[in-house]
Amino acid sequence: MHTLSVKEMSEKLQKREITSVDLTQHYLNRISQYDPALNAYVTVTPELALEMAKQADALLDAGKGHALTGIPIAHKDIFCSLGVKTTCGSKMLDNFISPYDAKVVEATRELAMPILGKTNMDEFAMGSSSESSYYGATLNPWDHQAVPGGSSGGAAAVIAAGLAPLATGSDTGGSIRQPASFCGITGIKPTYGTVSRYGMIAYASSFDQGGAMTRSAEEAAWLLQVMAGFDERDSTCLEQEVPDYSQQLGQSVKGLRIGVPAEYFESGLDASVEKVVRDALAAYEALGAELIPVSLPNKDLAVPAYYVLAPAEASSNLSRFDGVRYGYRCENPHDLEDLYHRSRSEGFGAEVKRRIMVGAYVLSAGYYDAYYLKAQKLRRMVRDDFTKAFESCDVIMGPVAPTPAFNIGEKSDDPVSMYLADLYTIPVNLAGLPAMSVPAGFAEGRPVGLHLIGPYHSEAALLNIAHQYQQVTDWHCQMPATYE
Amino acid sequence: MTWEVVIGLEIHAQLTTKTKIFSGSPIAYGAEPNTQANLLDLGMPGQLPVLNKAVIPKAIKFGLAIGAEIGRRSIFDRKNYFYPDLPKGYQTSQFSFPIVDKGGVVEIEVDGDTKKIGVTRAHLEEDAGKSLHDAFPGQTGIDLNRAGTPLLEIVSEPDMRSAKEAVAYAKKVHELVQYLGICDGNMQEGSFRVDSNVSIHKPGTPFGTRAELKNINSFKFIEQAIEIEIDRQIEILESGGKVVQETRLYDADKNETRSMREKEEANDYRYFPCPDLLPVVVTQADIDAIQAEMPELPDAKRARFVAEFELSDYDATLLASSRAMADYFEAVVALTKQPKISANWVMGELSKSLNQHDLTISESPVTAAQLAGLINRIQDNTISGKMAKQVFDAMWSGEGDADTVIAEKGLKQITDVGAIEAMIDQVLADNAKQVEAYRNGQEKMFGFFVGQVMKASKGQANPAQVNQLLKQKLQ
Repeated sequence: MHTLSVKEMSEKLQKREITSVDLTQHYLNRISQYDPALNAYVTVTPELALEMAKQADALLDAGKGHALTGIPIAHKDIFCSLGVKTTCGSKMLDNFISPYDAKVVEATRELAMPILGKTNMDEFAMGSSSESSYYGATLNPWDHQAVPGGSSGGAAAVIAAGLAPLATGSDTGGSIRQPASFCGITGIKPTYGTVSRYGMIAYASSFDQGGAMTRSAEEAAWLLQVMAGFDERDSTCLEQEVPDYSQQLGQSVKGLRIGVPAEYFESGLDASVEKVVRDALAAYEALGAELIPVSLPNKDLAVPAYYVLAPAEASSNLSRFDGVRYGYRCENPHDLEDLYHRSRSEGFGAEVKRRIMVGAYVLSAGYYDAYYLKAQKLRRMVRDDFTKAFESCDVIMGPVAPTPAFNIGEKSDDPVSMYLADLYTIPVNLAGLPAMSVPAGFAEGRPVGLHLIGPYHSEAALLNIAHQYQQVTDWHCQMPATYE
Repeated sequence: MTWEVVIGLEIHAQLTTKTKIFSGSPIAYGAEPNTQANLLDLGMPGQLPVLNKAVIPKAIKFGLAIGAEIGRRSIFDRKNYFYPDLPKGYQTSQFSFPIVDKGGVVEIEVDGDTKKIGVTRAHLEEDAGKSLHDAFPGQTGIDLNRAGTPLLEIVSEPDMRSAKEAVAYAKKVHELVQYLGICDGNMQEGSFRVDSNVSIHKPGTPFGTRAELKNINSFKFIEQAIEIEIDRQIEILESGGKVVQETRLYDADKNETRSMREKEEANDYRYFPCPDLLPVVVTQADIDAIQAEMPELPDAKRARFVAEFELSDYDATLLASSRAMADYFEAVVALTKQPKISANWVMGELSKSLNQHDLTISESPVTAAQLAGLINRIQDNTISGKMAKQVFDAMWSGEGDADTVIAEKGLKQITDVGAIEAMIDQVLADNAKQVEAYRNGQEKMFGFFVGQVMKASKGQANPAQVNQLLKQKLQ
């Protein structure tokens, strides 16, 4: 059943050829079989999943189901889920049962989409390999020596391994697209403000954006449709109509102007990755699209700007984890200072502490102008680069990451080289633009994604552009042999 | 050369909204601990603030009232620090771009001299919760009911030079926020909190190190606390010591201030714009609309009472001291067309009774219409001034309006000349000896006759007429 597309599952559910309980049980069985080694789930919720599957079947029996009713889903453990442990990959929240649902979880619950569990991630979404999770590293289903990427590495792995048909993710500096690329799945990070951040545990609020992780662009369109939309509980959520994404999947890409930024093909990009990307561009040309050279001259400012601004916001966002009201508290604190000091020292991992310290530093008196304000200026410059580039093209394409998935442990002791793995994705978050990673081939046996970046609010167009590619390629349909 | 005192005040006025500034929790005072705190107020992961838009026009009203520039694009910042009653680890406030910007002025009067006190800024922020140190032995309880209550922090320039000036300024701001209807001004419940920054220096030299006096809940104690703080600093400096920058608490029982915590020079709140909230954009049209709804302010009202009603400055000040009092007074005048006698009744009998029963004017059992009815009966001579007090007491006890009380108690004044003359004749006939004495020069007997006539009329004869007619008869 896990080889069916979500569209096929939906049709069979609607026709009552299969039940949601059977489908859900199938995935739960696969999770029991494969996840102990893969470690893609922090929490599996079989009872909740089956109970929701029963509700879904009742709805479907009564002819009241939505197209996604009864289709199981895995939520990244950054989304608060009522009655379910929500850890954000941290020891700090190891004992935290959320008293409420994030908007994204609420939306899938309303459609009776059984929740299979919560997927593993870098601690508080800080990382590009899912190795910084308190619950240990997730493996890449294509190669167990490799990382799945991060921070939504668990989500990418469950889709690639067929341990869930749909998964939610979040992307602050590339956390949906990079693991999607590493695991050979489709991922979309929409325009900042498209998906409500309500209940999504904040890392860097002005960058954080939820999105969909699926096998195909069509499935991403379905899932994003459910996740997107105005939510008055998030003041930064866009107050506008969500277009019908799947309805626009039939457009030809003939005449599409694809911007190819020279800066995305400079040294640092693996030749094997470049080849996959160039081949994908050639496939688009064959479909009638036109390649146009564009320039993103300030690309190299993006990573430094991001590593000032994101830690600054994080240092404040993570202050609430103080051992006072919920979450980890140290043993026998002897006074308030000790309670704070030890709870946070023991509850947070190294990368989180590193970013909190960097953030506190760049916001401190005397450094604020030199770091925080300067970085805000760079952020505007990076954004302006994209605005200018989109004057001459409809979409920008290039690599998602400079390399295929790297090995577990390869970069975990070298934060800067880890940070530079996100040099193509971070500029998009600085600008708040929508972008996707679409499976486009393999390099050294590991998947490689094609990066699609669109102008603001171009999700429908991006999904169609990806879908058209997936009509003539089958990279997105391939599964690692171990998990077939 | 003597010491010059320098005082600046930070006033936290709690804005009168139904719910908190960034959450839907109610803010009623005195609820059970943590019953008015929702997931956001508890600082749960993933919770996001949503601005309660009701606070914006209230802050702008204050800005317009003091003539300040209104921030057209004010920004909420995060003030980062750890404290158990600060659930998010930061307080959402406004730092670089406050809603009420520079240019505000509050005019005060001390000992007959007026002085302008500058208002640096006023910004919106959320209140913290409360730590309850005495509730559980050996532990600290946390009540987050107050966390997120909307505050307008009003920051003055260091323009005050004495405790009296500081209190005059605080009182003026207190009066203003209540007039504007943006704060209930209740100091006991903490709706209006005054923090005083006090320092001393020799004129012509830089300002001295200041101490901050916090959490003083009456004007009287603010004045006392500042006075003794000034004395303390003078003593320190004159004995060669140094004043430490710190927060000090005032102990009213001992009439002393004592150190609460030393404010480190390097206290770094790491302010930065809150990425969860959008800038608050205020247009000229918004400002115009709020301007159009502004109530008459105390100073303007006082001036109008003097000009329009020919009241004394003293009376006008008293009547305009609260919007409720002024509104009551004007309602009475509207029905009597008699400003002076109306003022006398409002400031006299009514205020006296309110004070005796510890009521505010809005709780008065005698309505403005009832008081006006009473005054009108005095004016048309239906009752005498003496009867009026009786009628007032009856109205206070809920026996109905003036006409009802007059009818039921048979208090109508006798103004019929014939009837009064008949009573006078009878009194003079019954007291022939006294009449003779009077006519022989004992003029002080006149009072005796008045008393007798009033007694005969059971107090209902018009005293002025009795006087006049008696004089005629006794000639």
